[in-house]
Amino acid sequence: MSLLSVRNLCKNYGALEVTRDVSLDVQPGELHAIIGPNGAGKTTLIGQLSGQIEPDSGTVSLEGQDITKRSMAERVHLGLARSFQITSILPRFTVLENVALAVQARSGSSFRFFAPVATEKPLNDAAMQALVEAGLADRAGVRASALSHGEHRRLELAIALATEPKVLLLDEPLAGTGGEEADAFIERLRALKGRFAIVLIEHDMEAVFALADRISVLVYGEIIASGTPDVIRNDPKVRAAYLGDEEAA
Amino acid sequence: MSVSAPPTARRPVLMSARIWFALLIFAGFAALPLIAVVTDDPFLLLIGTRILAYAIAAMALDLILGYGAMVSFGHAAYLGFGAYAVAILNSYGVTDLTLHITFAVAISALFATITGAISLRTRGVYFIMITLAFGQMAYFFFVSLSAYGGDDGTPLATRSTLFGSAALEDDRVMFYVALALLIALFIVATRIVGSRFGRVLIGTRENPVRMEAIGLSPFRYQLTAFVISGCMTSVAGVILANQAEFVSPAFMSWHRSGELIVMVVLGGIGNLTGAIGGAVVALLLEDWLAVLTEHWRLLFGVFLILMVLYSPHGITGALERFTRGRK
Repeated sequence: MSLLSVRNLCKNYGALEVTRDVSLDVQPGELHAIIGPNGAGKTTLIGQLSGQIEPDSGTVSLEGQDITKRSMAERVHLGLARSFQITSILPRFTVLENVALAVQARSGSSFRFFAPVATEKPLNDAAMQALVEAGLADRAGVRASALSHGEHRRLELAIALATEPKVLLLDEPLAGTGGEEADAFIERLRALKGRFAIVLIEHDMEAVFALADRISVLVYGEIIASGTPDVIRNDPKVRAAYLGDEEAA
Repeated sequence: MSVSAPPTARRPVLMSARIWFALLIFAGFAALPLIAVVTDDPFLLLIGTRILAYAIAAMALDLILGYGAMVSFGHAAYLGFGAYAVAILNSYGVTDLTLHITFAVAISALFATITGAISLRTRGVYFIMITLAFGQMAYFFFVSLSAYGGDDGTPLATRSTLFGSAALEDDRVMFYVALALLIALFIVATRIVGSRFGRVLIGTRENPVRMEAIGLSPFRYQLTAFVISGCMTSVAGVILANQAEFVSPAFMSWHRSGELIVMVVLGGIGNLTGAIGGAVVALLLEDWLAVLTEHWRLLFGVFLILMVLYSPHGITGALERFTRGRK
């Protein structure tokens, strides 16, 4: 049984079909990349997987359980976490507090009104652990709004890690980063690979082909090909629709 | 404090500065009865008690306005529930203060749960308008409650009793009970803000989508905060009724709700101490300016505009800049 299973997902915005009969399966520990040109509907697809956007039809299942109608928050508790393409953090919290809040969300009740949360050691320890894995430990005490763009991307990752996901949905984690920062991020993802399944949306083809076990190609809301990186690289349809110009370059 | 994280020096310092301001205000209040004796002005105690009541209400409003970004424009309703809890129970011969507070809190919890659950389906200006509408509904309910004087209100036969004694009839005791309630609720509110719940509440203010994405739906936390705030505000209503020995729907008019918001903004939103300071400054200014001219509202308006322009973080913001600048 697949860990995450998507069946016949459809979503229209008026006459525009943004998701067209999408089916895909993600196995435990697998990194499944979704690539496609701009406007192919990648973020909309992630939105439907994470519960932020409701599909018109089709189902999303996690570990065999139908979660299509579950809210984003409920899905997180079932083990489906996401990061955002456009950084979405708590700007006035410190880096550590941002992550500690994600730890708090999965460990114990948040209806505790009296004990100070800032000194809860288990929360801070687990948050620190996620920060180490995301490569941001040295910035733990800094206000999140003071971070650089690359550091924001790492904070997004740390928050997602702190929810202890079974499936991690990463929406363009490398967006806006380049050079060393991007290389370091790819290494970090490689180190995390296998601990949980990852659905990765990314424009950086180098990253995708370096990391992915499986690639699905989304064009105009439709998956036109799915397979191992080698299969995708040599698929004539994919080359025509998407990779063509990049291969030529 | 927090594991191997670098020390987060800046924030705790700010935090303790605010606690210090609060302690200063409380000390000032504690000395007021003495000043009343020296200046031979017993009226001072009544003004002081009134300020204490509004300080509680403003602080309660700040809990949701400052920490939860919920601008309630109907909070005077809870002042009314507190005040009428005293009047109604008194008329049935139940005069105990703790019972008055319990009843006020219970009614407020019920009203806040229902109206909050509906209001929280909206955001921003719509939230302001819908809380205003519910506030007005409560107001007109008491206007039409002819058994308790309707529009004109009704005087209280006695003040609340304290464990069977009529001690509250003494203005000084009344004043210190109000001060004790303010300090107790300030401690409670401070603890809430620093708790797990408080962190979630502040998080929903900062970025509700992010909260969903880590598995916390904002609604139930916002609603809980809304109910806590309403209940705290009703305690202020109980004090006001006892201070004035009179209750009327005027306690719950939308002007009052507006004044509470002014107090919070004037003091500086989102730090509890500011709301208390805002209540003190707003009510003292009101008293002093009213002596100078009958057009005192005009002067108060000018003062408010200058504050918002030159110190957007209110009085506490200005004080913080001042104390930090001196270091």
